[in-house]
Amino acid sequence: MTIRFDKLGVVIAAIVAYAAFAAPFATFRANRIVPGEARSILEALPAMLGPLLLAVIVVAAVVALLKTPLILRLAASVVALAALALLIGVAGSFLTPEGNSFARISPASGFWLLIFAFTLLLADVLTRLNLSPWARIGVLVVAAAAIGMLLVSGSWNSLSILKEYANRADSFWAEGSKHVTLALGSLAAAVIAGLPLGILCHRVEKLRAGVLNVLNIIQTIPSIALFGLLIAPLGWVATHVPGAASLGIRGIGTAPAFVALFLYSLLPVVANTVVGLAGVPRAANDAARGMGMTDRQRLFGVEFPLAFPVILTGIRIVLVQNIGLATIAALIGGGGFGVFVFQGVGQTAMDLVLLGAVPTVALAFAAAIILDAVIEMTSTRRPEAQPA
Amino acid sequence: MKEAGVKAWVPSLLRLALVVLLIAFVSNPGWFEPLLKPLTESNAPAIYNQGSLLTLTLLHLRTVLIATVAATTVAVALAILVTRPAGVEFLPLSRSLVNIGQTFPPVAVLALAVPAVGFGEKPTLIALFLYGLLPIFENALTGLTTLPANVVEAARGAGMTGWQRLVKVELPLSAPIILGGIRLSVVISLATATIGSTVAARTLGEVIIAGLLSNNLAFVLQGGLIVAALAVLIYDGLSAIERYTARRMGQETA
Amino acid sequence: MIEIEGITKRYDATTVVDDVSMVIEPRTIAVIVGTSGSGKTTLLRMINRLVEPTAGVIRLDGADNRSLPGYELRRSIGYAIQGHGLFPHRTVAQNIATVPVLLGWDAARIKRRVDELMTLYQLDPQAFGPRYPHELSGGQQQRVGVARALAAEPNVLLMDEPFGALDPIIRNKAQEDLLAIQKRFGTTIILVTHDMEEAVHMGDKIAVMDAGKLVQYAKPAEILAKPASAFVETLVGASEKPFRLLSLGRVRDAVETGTAEGEAIPGDASQRDALAELLWSGRPALPVKGADGKPLGRVTVDGLVKRAASPA
Repeated sequence: MTIRFDKLGVVIAAIVAYAAFAAPFATFRANRIVPGEARSILEALPAMLGPLLLAVIVVAAVVALLKTPLILRLAASVVALAALALLIGVAGSFLTPEGNSFARISPASGFWLLIFAFTLLLADVLTRLNLSPWARIGVLVVAAAAIGMLLVSGSWNSLSILKEYANRADSFWAEGSKHVTLALGSLAAAVIAGLPLGILCHRVEKLRAGVLNVLNIIQTIPSIALFGLLIAPLGWVATHVPGAASLGIRGIGTAPAFVALFLYSLLPVVANTVVGLAGVPRAANDAARGMGMTDRQRLFGVEFPLAFPVILTGIRIVLVQNIGLATIAALIGGGGFGVFVFQGVGQTAMDLVLLGAVPTVALAFAAAIILDAVIEMTSTRRPEAQPA
Repeated sequence: MKEAGVKAWVPSLLRLALVVLLIAFVSNPGWFEPLLKPLTESNAPAIYNQGSLLTLTLLHLRTVLIATVAATTVAVALAILVTRPAGVEFLPLSRSLVNIGQTFPPVAVLALAVPAVGFGEKPTLIALFLYGLLPIFENALTGLTTLPANVVEAARGAGMTGWQRLVKVELPLSAPIILGGIRLSVVISLATATIGSTVAARTLGEVIIAGLLSNNLAFVLQGGLIVAALAVLIYDGLSAIERYTARRMGQETA
Repeated sequence: MIEIEGITKRYDATTVVDDVSMVIEPRTIAVIVGTSGSGKTTLLRMINRLVEPTAGVIRLDGADNRSLPGYELRRSIGYAIQGHGLFPHRTVAQNIATVPVLLGWDAARIKRRVDELMTLYQLDPQAFGPRYPHELSGGQQQRVGVARALAAEPNVLLMDEPFGALDPIIRNKAQEDLLAIQKRFGTTIILVTHDMEEAVHMGDKIAVMDAGKLVQYAKPAEILAKPASAFVETLVGASEKPFRLLSLGRVRDAVETGTAEGEAIPGDASQRDALAELLWSGRPALPVKGADGKPLGRVTVDGLVKRAASPA
């Protein structure tokens, strides 16, 4: 029997070898802003656990390196990731000197590379398993629950990012809800305005090129500039339109951010509505007309259901984009996770940057997975009539 | 007939006017001071005064150019790799990675690059490079995997080696789609580079942020408009090249 | 000469081509017919090694086709496919020059050859050379596809349903052109088709394939007269058989002595055409003339009907 190597496994094993033996596992800093000192796996963990973690990592890497059954690879990646997640917390408490509340322990490059390598393995396994949409959502829920439990259990509390969180627990949730409100609210507004606009553009050809061009140009304006440019008109509205100010419309803050995100969201929604409606088979439309459907019945009974997956794709683009762009709202006082990112950049406190960036990425990632699954569900319900 | 002829010229004239206006503005912003003055309060300067707009524009473009060239090289090379028989195992995974990668907001990439390389142009270049990779890679992959089967078959049948097929047939045929990816990537990069100023990269974002900090709308406007004008012109130019290459092959243009 | 010996191709458990042996004489046309999935295209593609066989040998003029790297082998064999597969990013002239360029011919020689082929195919080199394939009609594209396959003066030309995408009128013209060019260059042609009509018309010999096996390999008349199996019989089409048989023969070979009234039919026309003309005009006989216009005699309905009967 010959030993056969998995090509991706070679890459993974190489990353793991470097990360486990040559890169620092955790960084120790005497306080929040001094430069850190590197700690390897054996230095960062109590006596038995260091070698144990190394053993788990090496075994998982060997499983990845050789051609092994998918289920074994799945198990290897999950066990390795779980061990890393648990033990980085242990390293946090182990490295923090007794009674010292200034010292900061953060995961270092080795840890991140190991996470990256085994996530790569997991992603590869999941891709090859070709999971159904519900199964993908299930995996996401399980992963989220696991991370949630680790957070609630307090096993990560000695890590610097959670120390930053502990200092700002209230504002974290306030900014978080602002972030989500901005991203989802502007999306909702864009859908409410964009769908009818898209339908109109589909029906009135003269309008189509003009509207899409204007929306295209709006997309090219850099987000900070658009945020900034909206300050003036909204400020004017606030001072000159009675009652506007009491509605929360102000020159700076959430209002310009909301309007800017709304404007950015319009293009994907309108464009995909137009494309989706244009893609409705002529035969289906003719048949509907032939059976005596009115324009309205045709729109809601035939055109809209058929165009739905494409429109949903536009909404997915908008949601992921909005979650990212909402970070920039912080620059004009609009709040959101961006507050921590920019504060962190300003104070050169990277843990604070992470406190803003990690939830943003997690939100965008979850939104993408869920919407992708929904898109697949709605479009597979109507299999293509003729495979190309 | 004549009217149609005039109409066809309008977009070109507008583009030309935009180019002239842009060059005039960045090289001689003083001329435009009266236009911007009404936007300022309490006698604040109407034209950015902490650096030359021309220099910042050129630096902005240089950053985008370096990042795009690097991203194009790496993305196309990767796409070629995973579409060869030797790399085909990586194809499904690379697709998933691109999907995951696109969910990373540019700001997060930018901020996370700072601990690794410090402040300045470097984290901006890294963020632009990483974020620019994705659309190019995705498009190159689409281009290389949706080649007309009988054309590739004919190339093999004519006795082309793998390398000759790639260089003479596959890459030229997917060029319009790859260019489309580069276009998307450049427009994203132009906008993202402005955020680079928050980590002390010297780009036009500096002007916008200075405006935001000092509540000077004239700064925000001039910085934003220069970037938008650059983006529109570059987007337009690349679209034209794309259409030209596609039309030569008789492909439908989007 | 092409010798195919015990060629087999298996993909996992399925055998696509099963132990096929046949010999194709130089300067002849062999047509491989079969339904889709019969393995005919795979067999063709194993000759220029676009597909590597699982077992068996193919020799071209005595040399094993594995004695060269695949790409070098393919440069020496013409290859034309359905839907032409022209390179859309290259001009017509560049398309035709593909293999000569790969072989490193000098520019003058390439240009001469391209001009020669285009002229042969009634495409003005000045007008069509710099155009792109999408600017051509379907028939013109197909001609460029065959010209490209012939560019490097190959001894062997492989064609996979080359006329499949053409409408009937253009297809007839393309078939005639190919026959004329085959005579001119003496190229050995192996052509794959599912169209029995085309096979009978084009082939010096016909190979019938079914489920990966070579069922019968013989001259067209023999295939029509003595189908080797029920499958060949169906493929030939029992009701069409007499007419196909007649279409193989020339009027010249069915001439009887005597005279007849009316417009003379050329001796080169097919016997099938002559019978059609007789039935249509309601006459019992037609006069026949030679290529020089001199009368050769006549053909009769009775005479042709006897020829259409099964040669028992």
